[in-house]
Amino acid sequence: MNIDLTHYLVVSAMLFTIGVFGIFVNRRNIIIILMSIELILLAVNINFVAFSAHLHNVQGQIMAMFVLTVAAAEAAIGLAILVTFFRNRGDIEVDDASMMKG
Amino acid sequence: MDLSASLNLALPELILAISVLGIVVYGALRGNKSAFTVNALSGAALIAAAFAAAFGSHGSGFSGSFISDGVAVYAKVFIYIVAVAIIVLSKGYFDRLNQTKFEFPILILLATLGMSMMVSAGDLIALYVGLELQSLSAYILAAFRRDDPKGSEAGLKYFVLGSLASGLLLYGASLIYGFTGSMNFEAIAEALKVNTEVGVIFGLVFLISGLAFKISAAPFHMWTPDVYEGAPTPVVAFFAGVPKFAALVLFARVLTDTFADLYSQWSQVILLLATLSFLVGALGGLMQKDIKRLLAYSSIANMGYALLALAAGTGYGVQALLLFMVLYTIDTTGLFSAQMALSRKGVPLTRIDQLAGLSKVSMPITIAITLLCLSVLGMPPFSGFWAKVFVFGAAIEAGHWVFAAIGLVASVVAAFYYLRIIKLMWFDGGAEEIDAAPAATKWILYASAAFAFPLSAFALIWLYPLAENAIKSFGLN
Repeated sequence: MNIDLTHYLVVSAMLFTIGVFGIFVNRRNIIIILMSIELILLAVNINFVAFSAHLHNVQGQIMAMFVLTVAAAEAAIGLAILVTFFRNRGDIEVDDASMMKG
Repeated sequence: MDLSASLNLALPELILAISVLGIVVYGALRGNKSAFTVNALSGAALIAAAFAAAFGSHGSGFSGSFISDGVAVYAKVFIYIVAVAIIVLSKGYFDRLNQTKFEFPILILLATLGMSMMVSAGDLIALYVGLELQSLSAYILAAFRRDDPKGSEAGLKYFVLGSLASGLLLYGASLIYGFTGSMNFEAIAEALKVNTEVGVIFGLVFLISGLAFKISAAPFHMWTPDVYEGAPTPVVAFFAGVPKFAALVLFARVLTDTFADLYSQWSQVILLLATLSFLVGALGGLMQKDIKRLLAYSSIANMGYALLALAAGTGYGVQALLLFMVLYTIDTTGLFSAQMALSRKGVPLTRIDQLAGLSKVSMPITIAITLLCLSVLGMPPFSGFWAKVFVFGAAIEAGHWVFAAIGLVASVVAAFYYLRIIKLMWFDGGAEEIDAAPAATKWILYASAAFAFPLSAFALIWLYPLAENAIKSFGLN
């Protein structure tokens, strides 16, 4: 079977959807949300690299490098904020993040 | 264009980037006792960058990735000036809490650098990197008071929803890249002239959703009230103004410039976002008890007006957007500095009912808040009135008079909550003494109130031609 652009796009779209659902459906742990965010960014990277190979254009791969770098910075900041949250509350359940409402 | 000419174009960004690296080393070596010097150095770097931007040359560099045109320069100069005001405000705020930390102005500088890249972005890579530099600094700023449970909750919510928005935007960018074959805005516009595949429109909708989140337009506004309530007030004053301005300029560049040929597709989406925003902002604000939450809904409503100007898709629409955002940002900065100025026995006033009888204890602050409230609600001849005149003018010129009418109704509904503040301050009793406010905070409050009325009338005499000139050299046209 020949694997062409469409297959990559479908995989990427599926991973992206799983990531988005991971943020909204998950009601338990904030770490899982961080993992979902990472999944979204990596799904987009598959898109960029697949398009880049398909178009014979290097810009998509350059963008993928930038996305990887930003994803690392984002994970660092997310975990840092999570640590301050944990110190103030003592746990990291999603339902706990509800001091402010309305 | 060779490298030195490109570097010359990016001089304001280079000044900011190099000085932030120097300042962070200085701050790390000297610790928190260097906070005052770091504040002063950051302010000096911003002012130097503002001069470099105002007197710099126009053009596009780095193979079209970086655009320095009239609109970018106009936005940059204003963003740098507001960032200086925020650093001044933050000093009074954190000194009062005894939590002065040298990292604060550095993060403001990094966020400003990101915004500066956003307004100058000439391709999707620069757009994404600029936006992320701004957002990542903003997440840290929101959780800056790390011992405050509300602050870290605000930071966490902002981080999770902001990252999701970045993900949507990036997915949209990947589709646009794939179906037009280029990252560069100019090349994308060329490709769209030949043919438009449905994938591009799909990508554009994702891109619009991501950016709409950053400017807190409904239905992507759910983070705004929580973040505004929990984050430190100088940070919120920062969030409410310039990052939204930068995102709106980016919006204008992407939509009215790059995707001008798809006007009939995106204008419907923008009009929907605009209508929802001013309705949600007007109705959601009615029941609020917290001052900062109320201002959050006010900012959602105002983003609706900004998007209404954008939906016109014309040069005049972008000009109205530039004028509206400058006038609105000055008003909102004034209102947040009022909130910072007010505290009672060391506890900041956060609830609206605590403002009752304020006129009997502090007349100048009451007058300033009254002027600013009247301005934001759009009473003539205050600055907010002129801002709305430009926006509705642009909308009617483009034939969107139904939406302009809905916007007008929404602004009448929203007038209720501003008038309630005025009524509480002037006519209700039961006031206790308030603490002395930091001098700089008070002066920024008075200056922005004086700008709301009467200075704005004079300022508009040169601001209007300035925005008009900025439009002339906007992007590709």
